[in-house]
Amino acid sequence: MDQHTRASFDEQLRELQQELLRMGGVVEQMLFMCVKALVERDVALADETINMDDIVDGYNLDIETHCLRLLALQQPMARDLRTIAAVLKIITDVERMGDYAVDIAKTAKILAEKPLFKPLVDIPRMAEIVQRMLRESLQAFVNHDTALLEQIVTEDDAVDNYNRALTDELVGYMEKNPSVVYQAMRLILIVRYLERIADHITNVCERVYYMETGTLKELH
Amino acid sequence: MVKETLGLKDIVAEKLTKREAQSGPVSANDTISIRNLSVYYGDNQAVKNVTMDIGARDITALIGPSGCGKSTFLRSMNRMNDLILGARTEGEIWLDATDVLSPATDVVELRKRVGMVFQRPNPFPKSIFDNVAYGPRVHGIRRRDQLEETVEQSLIRAALWDEVKDNLNKSAMDLSGGQQQRLCIARVLAVQPEVLLMDEPASALDPISTLRIEELMSELKKDYTIIIVTHNMQQAARVSTYTGFFLSGELIEFGLSTTIFTTPREKRTEDYVTGRFG
Repeated sequence: MDQHTRASFDEQLRELQQELLRMGGVVEQMLFMCVKALVERDVALADETINMDDIVDGYNLDIETHCLRLLALQQPMARDLRTIAAVLKIITDVERMGDYAVDIAKTAKILAEKPLFKPLVDIPRMAEIVQRMLRESLQAFVNHDTALLEQIVTEDDAVDNYNRALTDELVGYMEKNPSVVYQAMRLILIVRYLERIADHITNVCERVYYMETGTLKELH
Repeated sequence: MVKETLGLKDIVAEKLTKREAQSGPVSANDTISIRNLSVYYGDNQAVKNVTMDIGARDITALIGPSGCGKSTFLRSMNRMNDLILGARTEGEIWLDATDVLSPATDVVELRKRVGMVFQRPNPFPKSIFDNVAYGPRVHGIRRRDQLEETVEQSLIRAALWDEVKDNLNKSAMDLSGGQQQRLCIARVLAVQPEVLLMDEPASALDPISTLRIEELMSELKKDYTIIIVTHNMQQAARVSTYTGFFLSGELIEFGLSTTIFTTPREKRTEDYVTGRFG
């Protein structure tokens, strides 16, 4: 069978996937930077993270335009159709992750105003899992790796556990000492943002699963 | 005549068993059952041992690269291959209780039940009226009022009436290509068939005429069983409920069109519908 009858379409599909990877890479970087800004109380780094959001928004529009053009001009079927449909959905999730990284960066700036009432231990650990999940979900997308998707869903359970435990812990601090509410409230928000990012990553996993198997199902 | 001795439940059960190998429409109302159909042109086997059921009042599309046997398969349904020297057919085709391939079957009667529309519109060099009245006249209808009624109804069903009702005596050759094709469909409908075979009915037409034919097909499927051979995959996806993919004379995959065009089971189907070969 001649595999080269649609060489230019294949090239454009590859380019589309590369664009998504670059977009995911930027968000991965933002996630790393905003957590570092929080831990190191680095306001400049937080601002840098916030500024990167424009790049992500640009990718979002470019990739959507690219998808629509391929749908209109190539009339994709079967796997090609599923790939483009998956990319169209995935960019929305990735764009939201970027927004949450910005939220974390903004909160990090507020928290940098005064010394924290307690050292940060678990939040960096939770953030590390989320970063790994994002990296792995993009790997699964590129490598057509459905086994990796299952691993990511397991990691999401760990993130959910951190979310519950840290929220309880921070509420406990607030009950004991109202003077920490200002900071503890914001740390709860950061925990919440990380949990939301992980949820969007599992959405990405569902799209990759659909792209590979043709089946739409909830993975978490 | 084994089939007549079986009850409906037995037939459905038998079809369900055979379906395990090739998924496709199964219902008690199947009008066409094809069993182990092979067609040879001399030594060349054009259709290889195809088994499938085609549902009544639905549109089934047959797709596949040139020379894959889909047109030959289509022409077996009303024995058009009989007209080709050296063509030989094996297996069974049942149209309800009629054994299509039996030498005892009246081919003229069969072709009245199973009408055909071809790639290029082929109106007779006669008036619009005489084209549509041709079939009923062949089948013995002579009364003018009866013929007029049939011609009007057929042209209405073929979505051509409004455009030609004031010019029924005009030559069919003066119509546009799209109108001529709808006239040919009206001509088939005039003999009140059950099944419409369409061999690339829109491939010689412009895009608007093509969409009109597709609209017409969706209308007609309420009353007729339609089988369409098409090279246009978007057309197959748009109009049909079921799609069969042929390759080198074999039926590779047969199932719901939504499945064939989004998540085909076979790699070869996937390669074809995504345009990776063919």
